[in-house]
Amino acid sequence: MTVARPAIAHTFRAVIPAIQTSALRKVYPAPPLRKKRRGPTGFPGGPPAASLPVAGPNGIIALESLDLDIHEGELFGLLGPNGAGKTTTIGILTTRVKPTSGQALVSGLDVVRDEVGVKQRIGVVPQRPNADRALNVRENLLFHAAYFGIPRAHSAVRAGELLEKLGIADKAEAKVDELSGGQQQRLMIARALIHEPRVLFLDEPTVGLDPQARLGLWNILRELHGQGRTIVMTTHYMAEADELCDRLAIIDRGKLLALDTPAALKARAPGGTLVELDLDGEAQPSIDDAGKTAGVLRVEANGNTLRAYAERGGEVIPPLIRVVEQHGRTVRDIHLSPPSLETLFISLTGRKLD
Amino acid sequence: MSQIQPTLVPIRVSAARVFFALFMRDVRIARRELPYFLVRTTMQPLLFVVVFGYLLPRMGFMGKGYGSALLPGVLALSLTLSSIQSVALPMMADFGWTREIEDRLLAPVSITYVALEKVVAGVLQGVVAALFVLPIARLIMGPIEALTIVNIGMVLLITLLGAGAFSALGLLMGTAISPQHIGMMFSVVLAPMIFFGCAYYPWQGLSAVPVMKYAVLVNPLVYVAEGMRGVLTPSLPHMHLGIVVAALVVITTTFWILGLRSFTKRAVS
Repeated sequence: MTVARPAIAHTFRAVIPAIQTSALRKVYPAPPLRKKRRGPTGFPGGPPAASLPVAGPNGIIALESLDLDIHEGELFGLLGPNGAGKTTTIGILTTRVKPTSGQALVSGLDVVRDEVGVKQRIGVVPQRPNADRALNVRENLLFHAAYFGIPRAHSAVRAGELLEKLGIADKAEAKVDELSGGQQQRLMIARALIHEPRVLFLDEPTVGLDPQARLGLWNILRELHGQGRTIVMTTHYMAEADELCDRLAIIDRGKLLALDTPAALKARAPGGTLVELDLDGEAQPSIDDAGKTAGVLRVEANGNTLRAYAERGGEVIPPLIRVVEQHGRTVRDIHLSPPSLETLFISLTGRKLD
Repeated sequence: MSQIQPTLVPIRVSAARVFFALFMRDVRIARRELPYFLVRTTMQPLLFVVVFGYLLPRMGFMGKGYGSALLPGVLALSLTLSSIQSVALPMMADFGWTREIEDRLLAPVSITYVALEKVVAGVLQGVVAALFVLPIARLIMGPIEALTIVNIGMVLLITLLGAGAFSALGLLMGTAISPQHIGMMFSVVLAPMIFFGCAYYPWQGLSAVPVMKYAVLVNPLVYVAEGMRGVLTPSLPHMHLGIVVAALVVITTTFWILGLRSFTKRAVS
């Protein structure tokens, strides 16, 4: 396993990490034996799901040995398929899951030994909105603030500001059930922020949101990030991780596979750039010669499209065009795909992310 | 959004303050739900009062005295049922599917206090139910032998202990029983408890069936009903109040310990 450990280049950041974990491990008790493990198709013996946690002899290993350093003020992403261990990681960092072994610190406090101190400093946006439905929208914020010892005079003002900022001020007196999924998600963000946490955790915040709500949420996260707040989010959307995060940890089957900035990770993607040539006829005849072109790692033909993976996309275009023309074809269009997290993920795990 | 203002938020909040905020949440909801709550928790005991305390004696099937024998049991029933339900039902929903309790589990306090708050709120609801049923029962069944100012302290003690025992039991059942088995809870646990809880007959009466007499002692309702009988209708046969109080203290403590363990298991994985 190769783990990228970036030197702390951003000297302007605080020295104390917002989050530190070392050798963090979580094993859940094994489910009753009579239950046969089923594939995602629901049939016994079906193909294995994308990333089922490893079932060991003593239970299900959700987290193998996780070492993380998340800097103060960073927008940090945990990227991986379902079942990779992202939610378990967030669970441990938010005191809701007890690690089997290893240590985790949030704002320098141990999540097991100083559970209360950690809870005081964090805000959590859950995977599935779980607002208190016995209370209305505003009350959800006011009571949550009260749990954190914030006087009503302060929390009332702050709740109003947050509802306004998150675009649900008109729903302040509404029941939670009257909110749309996206609005409930924003209520969760407001709730997580009302006590001014040092670290904000979001678990798959954009799952189930329509594209517009997703973009809205991205803007909110960027703004919070701009204020210098530490944000830790999990996602299994490559584009989201790429777009938002300062640094990313790629996790699969409870293990950290890579940790770096999105740009650095993408640069590590092997055979990074994909060159696609649209021809005026079958691409298949050109494929052998195209594969011999210097700099080309792999070629595929798909109907009239010739796909070539290359270390550096631009350099291979002229020789590829020549090869195609030698076979009597003309290039109609050229498409270049830069190295992506997707290609890196496939190379690290041998599987696609979704 | 305003900038981070660390001064706004206390670095450490006392557990008492968080506990109070959690309690105020339940009070707010209970106040809003009060009419439904009262109907839910008092319907069954009141129907019993009407049938056994009023109709049957009028028809001549039962002696006049049965009404007063019934009243302590009716009171015991309404307070225990409302306590257990007010804790167990929301707990089942919370841990079963809604996970709404999550924001309280994230409150800056040990989750033991979150569980304790639930039990205390359950006690409050039990007491409210008892206070509501008492005057109505009094109206239907006539004067209550020993309901005097002097006795009120003892009535309150039995009420609090009974509500405590059943709130703690509610915590245990609400966290140990899955929502799919909620029907089982009513038919397998609550129904036998109600019928063998000495609510409708004094425990002494079971001397006719000695096996039964000692078997029902595992039923916490027996002590609440007998305790109520002891303080409200002392002329009727009843258990010694010292035994009642001791038994309820032991039962409450046991259910609290088991309930807290079960709660913690559900709350933290």
